[in-house]
Order: sequence, then structure tokens, then C-alpha cells
Amino acid sequence: MLAFVIRRILQSCMVLLTVALLAFTMFRFVGDPVAQIVSLDTPAEEVRKVRESLGLDDPVIVQMGRYLYKAVQMDFGISYQFRQPVIQLLAERAPATLELALISSFLSLAIGIPMGVYTALRRDSLFARVFQSISLVGVSLPTFLIGILLIYLFAVTLGWLPSFGRGQVVTVSGRWSTGLLTVSGLKALILPSITLGLYQMTLIMRLVRAEMLEVLRSDHIKFARARGLTTRAIHFRHALKSTLVPVITIAGLQLGSIIAFAVITETVFQWPGMGALFLKAVQNVDIPIMAAYLMIISALFVTINMVVDLLYAFVDPRLRATIKG
Amino acid sequence: MTSSAVTPPVLELRNLVVEFVNRHGTLRALDGISLSIAPGEVLGVVGESGAGKSLTGAAVIGLLEPPGRIASGEVLLAGQRIDQLPVEELRHIRGKRIGTIFQDPLTSLDPLYRVGEQLIETIRTHLPVSEQQARERAIALLAEVGIPAPEKRIDGYPHEFSGGMRQRVVIALALAAEPELIIADEPTTALDVSVQAQIIAVLKKLCRERGTAVMLITHDMGVIAETADRVAVMYAGRVIEIGPVRDVVKSPRHPYAKGLMGSIPALDERPERLLQIEGSMPRLTAIPQGCAFHPRCPHVMPRCHEARPVLEPIGAGQVACFLHEVRS
Ligand SMILES: Nc1ncnc2c1ncn2[C@@H]1O[C@H](COP(=O)(O)OP(=O)(O)OP(=O)(O)O)[C@@H](O)[C@H]1O
Ligand code: SF4
Ligand SMILES: [Mg+2]
Repeated sequence: MLAFVIRRILQSCMVLLTVALLAFTMFRFVGDPVAQIVSLDTPAEEVRKVRESLGLDDPVIVQMGRYLYKAVQMDFGISYQFRQPVIQLLAERAPATLELALISSFLSLAIGIPMGVYTALRRDSLFARVFQSISLVGVSLPTFLIGILLIYLFAVTLGWLPSFGRGQVVTVSGRWSTGLLTVSGLKALILPSITLGLYQMTLIMRLVRAEMLEVLRSDHIKFARARGLTTRAIHFRHALKSTLVPVITIAGLQLGSIIAFAVITETVFQWPGMGALFLKAVQNVDIPIMAAYLMIISALFVTINMVVDLLYAFVDPRLRATIKG
Repeated sequence: MTSSAVTPPVLELRNLVVEFVNRHGTLRALDGISLSIAPGEVLGVVGESGAGKSLTGAAVIGLLEPPGRIASGEVLLAGQRIDQLPVEELRHIRGKRIGTIFQDPLTSLDPLYRVGEQLIETIRTHLPVSEQQARERAIALLAEVGIPAPEKRIDGYPHEFSGGMRQRVVIALALAAEPELIIADEPTTALDVSVQAQIIAVLKKLCRERGTAVMLITHDMGVIAETADRVAVMYAGRVIEIGPVRDVVKSPRHPYAKGLMGSIPALDERPERLLQIEGSMPRLTAIPQGCAFHPRCPHVMPRCHEARPVLEPIGAGQVACFLHEVRS
């Protein structure tokens, strides 16, 4: 088990290193950072000094080493646009994105799994067909369109929910600003989290349905029927458990992509998260922010992946055995 | 078994017809199966792949997969019809009165639960016992099917057992509630040749001790010759010969059965599959008129093309072939 964890951590480090190299190359190929800092009429001498102070005259390999060394210490440099440490900018916005992503994932699992099970077990019922058709819409509509439709309906026409922002936030333990503790914060979460989670929810519903139908045809379920177990035991003790094993993986990976896809939702709802910050950085060629965002998102992805693998092993005894060995 | 007039057979099929209805029409997969199994008797069921052996088993326990359904005929368990029982009542029969063993021991068990959990849930589904009693019973069953150190192995997961050991667990599960009948569908086909004989021996011993009747579906004529009391030979969804194992195996009457028995291998050889008869069994969509076997039959007569022979008593058994028709 320990060997497995260590191996996974090493693999993760390799992935992160690769991403860091990519991030670093962005600095070298996308524009000259000095040009962003100095103005057109700065004397050449001044420009040279700036260049030197930024260490841009050192060999590439030294610059890269320095960048990595700092990145490990969570120092991603200074944002070109804001002239503030990048990590500080990201840290301020991380809670907004993470809360949005977690609520969306929670919703997509809490609704998607039961709907998937229902549509699999009552395949021919009216509701199951309706769910199936709706899910097709959910999978095929682009996120921004869903967001705009929801805003139009619930914010503009009905006026029930706010169309932008996080509402009132409270800062807990000094650094985490949460919208979960105020009514306006919760209200503000509803539309963006539906927008962000709808795709995942329908995906999970369809996945659970397909997987469950597959499992229901499998030999061990046939044998469970032949043993005379109750329908309930067959469906929920045996079939559902087998169904959820692969679903865990997908759901875990979805959490990663939910965080990444938050860019669009955050833009539509003017949600003050990391995604919106990233998009702004792209518009202004703010490389330090782009690079840091890339690395943080991949670190999240890698961590989620690892947790998912461990969870998987926890549920599936066959895997647990191979991991132990 | 002379008392069969007094004790009804454990299982009796009367003219059982199973059909698959789909958009293209109706496929008749079982066409009037009639057979019976006496208490404690082992009935071997043989026939080429696709003859309808597994379907017969599935129809008995009410687990035909839609769109398959029993179109007509009767299934009687100890004299009572069970083919029209409500789903929930039939469920009480499965596992409790009819145990089932499927072909593939590797996939019959739920990989996510310990074998003990699966045994205990089966026992407690059918018998009013406590968790602790069920566990003791499960350990005893594992010991009976020949699993060493059952009190330890009971907490193992299926993947920790070899194929043969898993099939023993499956047998234990089938016997968990002391059924009157076991339907064993090719219980050893997927196993290593070296363990096939052991598994059959375990099954045979336990069923004899308990007086459990067995419907043993297999391709292995060696197993039939050794294990079965009577044999039913199936062809294209029909029983074409049925009778005591000695008669059917040693001196089969139906031309198809003759070909089939001709393919029994020498003692320690791996049984080959029915190479003796030219041609292959018709598909369900193209079952010939009259005797379904006539395109392959070396003794075919004009009337075999038109009329369909029915099972008629001959000797201690029954045969469906015009060559053996008793003229009255
Ligand atoms: N769902 C289905 N739809 C249509 N036909 C089916 C279906 N299931 C089975 N059949 C047909 O029923 C016939 C009998 O199948 P069955 O599985 O009982 O054969 P078998 O004698 O057990 O063969 P094997 O030795 O290969 O196990 C086959 O011709 C098969 O094609
Ligand atoms: S009925 Fe005719 S075709 Fe069929 S097995 Fe007998 S002789 Fe052959
Ligand atoms: Mg079969």
C-alpha cells in the first residue's frame, strides 16, 4: 500500500514538473516581460537594469531552476497587471472557485446518481424517458448558453435570484471568504452551480444508467437472482455497488474538470474566482498568473486523481489485493 | 423410483414452449419440451450448442431474459405448477427449493463481497436463522464442499479463490437452503480439466447425501455416463430421446443420439464435441419442417420431411423418430 502511494506521488511529481516546464516556456515565448513593465520612452540603460534585476540575462537553465525553486515555495512572481504577488491574487479568489466547484459536484452526484439508478431500473417508465431526453439537452447545450438562459429566466424575468457576484461573503479563520454562511451568498450560488454542474449531472446520470444496465446483465447478478435474493438486495446491495466503482473514477475526474471549466461559468456570472482571473490574465498576456493557474490546476488534478485511485482501491477488494502485493 | 405414482416427480415439464418475440416475428426456441426428474435422480441433459439446454433451465427457475417467455406448457415442482406464480413467490422457490449452478464460476460470485457475506445473505434470505447461525452454517457448507480451513476462507473475497474453489463456493451457495432440485448448467466447462472430476464428485456426493435431484446440463458424455441416472438428448429445441443412462449412452435409438454417443471419447481423453454428425444444427429461424433432424439424418424417409415425430415410449425410455414408431 505504502509503495503504491509513494509510486503515485512520484508519478504526480513528474506530471507537475512537466507542467512547470511548459509554464516556464510560456515566459520565454510569449512576449518580452520587460516590455510590459517599462514604457516606450524608458532609456535603454534603464531597460537593461530592469532586465538584469529580473534575472533575464542569466542562462535559460538557471532561470528555469530559479522559477521552479520559487514555485515550490508558492512564489509565482508578480502579476504584470496588478503588480501584486500572483499567489496572493489566486489565494483571494480560490475560495470562490472551490466553493462553486464543490457545490456543483455535490449537486451533480446527489442528483445524477439517483436519477441514473432510477432510469436504469425503470427503463420503460415515463419519467425515465423524460429524464433521458432532458439529459440529452444537458449534455449538448453549451455551458454559457445554460447560464444565460438561467439568468434570463430566474434573474431577469422572475427576479428571484441574483444574476452576478457572490452575494455577501463572510471571512472565516482569517483567510477563507465563504458565501455559504449568508442567505445572499447561498442564493448567489444557486444559478452558477446549476450552470456548472448540469453537464456533469447529466453525464453522471447517463453513466450510472449505462453502467447499471450493464451490471444488471452480468453473471453475478444473474446468479444473485438464481439464489433468490430480494429485488432490493440485488439492485442496491449488489448491482449499485458494482455500478459505483467505475463511477467514482469518473466523478473524481469530473471534479477536476469542473474546477477547470469554472472559467466559463465564472465569466458568465461575474464570479470572482480563479477562472475569471485567469481569463483576464489571458486577455492581458499576464504570464505569471497564467503559469501559476496552470500549475495549481494541474496540482489539483493530480491530487484528485490520486485520491480517486485510493478510493477505488478501498471499494474494490481485487484492486486492494494488487496494491498490497 | 417405482413409487413415482405416489410421489410426484420433483420436476416435470409438460409441453414447454419458449418463444422470443421481437419485431421480426416469433422465434420458437423450445418447442414442446416434456421431461421429468424423480426425487434424488440425476438427469443429464445433452445436445449440441444452441439446442436449448440452458433455456430449459432458465425457464424452470423463471429467469428467461426478455423478450424470452414461456408461451405455453407447464412447469411442475413436486406436482405444483410454478410457471404462473407471481414474481415474488417464484423468488422464494429460487435458491430455496431449486438451486442453480451456472457455467462460469469465475464470474458467478459478486467480486465486491466476501464469500461468507454472500453465503450468509443467501441462507438468511431463505431460512429463519440468526446471523451467527447462518455463519456457522456457511462454514459447515464450505467444509462440505471441500474448502480447506473454511473458518478462515469464509472471510476471503472471490478473487482469492482458484476457479475450482470458486465453483465449490457456488455449489455451497446452491445448496445453502437445502433445495430439492439443483440445476447445474455446464458446471465444469470453464474449469481446468484436472479439477473437473473433483467438482463433479463433490456435486454428486452432496446431492446423493441429501437426496437432491439434479438436472445436469453438459457436453461431457463421460460425466453423463458416470453421474446421470437418466439422459435427455435435445436437438433444435426438442427432446428427441430420453431414457436410462445405460440405454441412451450404450445403445441410443435416435439417429442423432447415435451420432452424439459415437463421439464419447476414450476414458481419459478430453471429450470432443459431436464431430460424428455431418452438418450443423439449424438456426431457430430456419428449423426444417417435419423432423428437425432430417437434413442431417442418414435414415431419412419421405414422411420425415412432412410430419413431426413425437416422443413415444420405447423400452424404458422415449424416442421421437419414425424409425422407432410403435405402430398401433
Ligand atoms: N435473447 C434471445 N433471443 C433470441 N434467441 C435466443 C435468445 N437467447 C437464446 N436464444 C436462442 O435459443 C437457443 C437455445 O439457446 P441455449 O442457450 O439454451 O442453448 P444451449 O443448448 O444451452 O447451448 P450451449 O451448449 O451453447 O450452452 C439458441 O439457438 C439461441 O440462439
Ligand atoms: S424421424 Fe426421420 S429424419 Fe428424423 S431422425 Fe428419425 S429417421 Fe431421421
Ligand atoms: Mg447453455
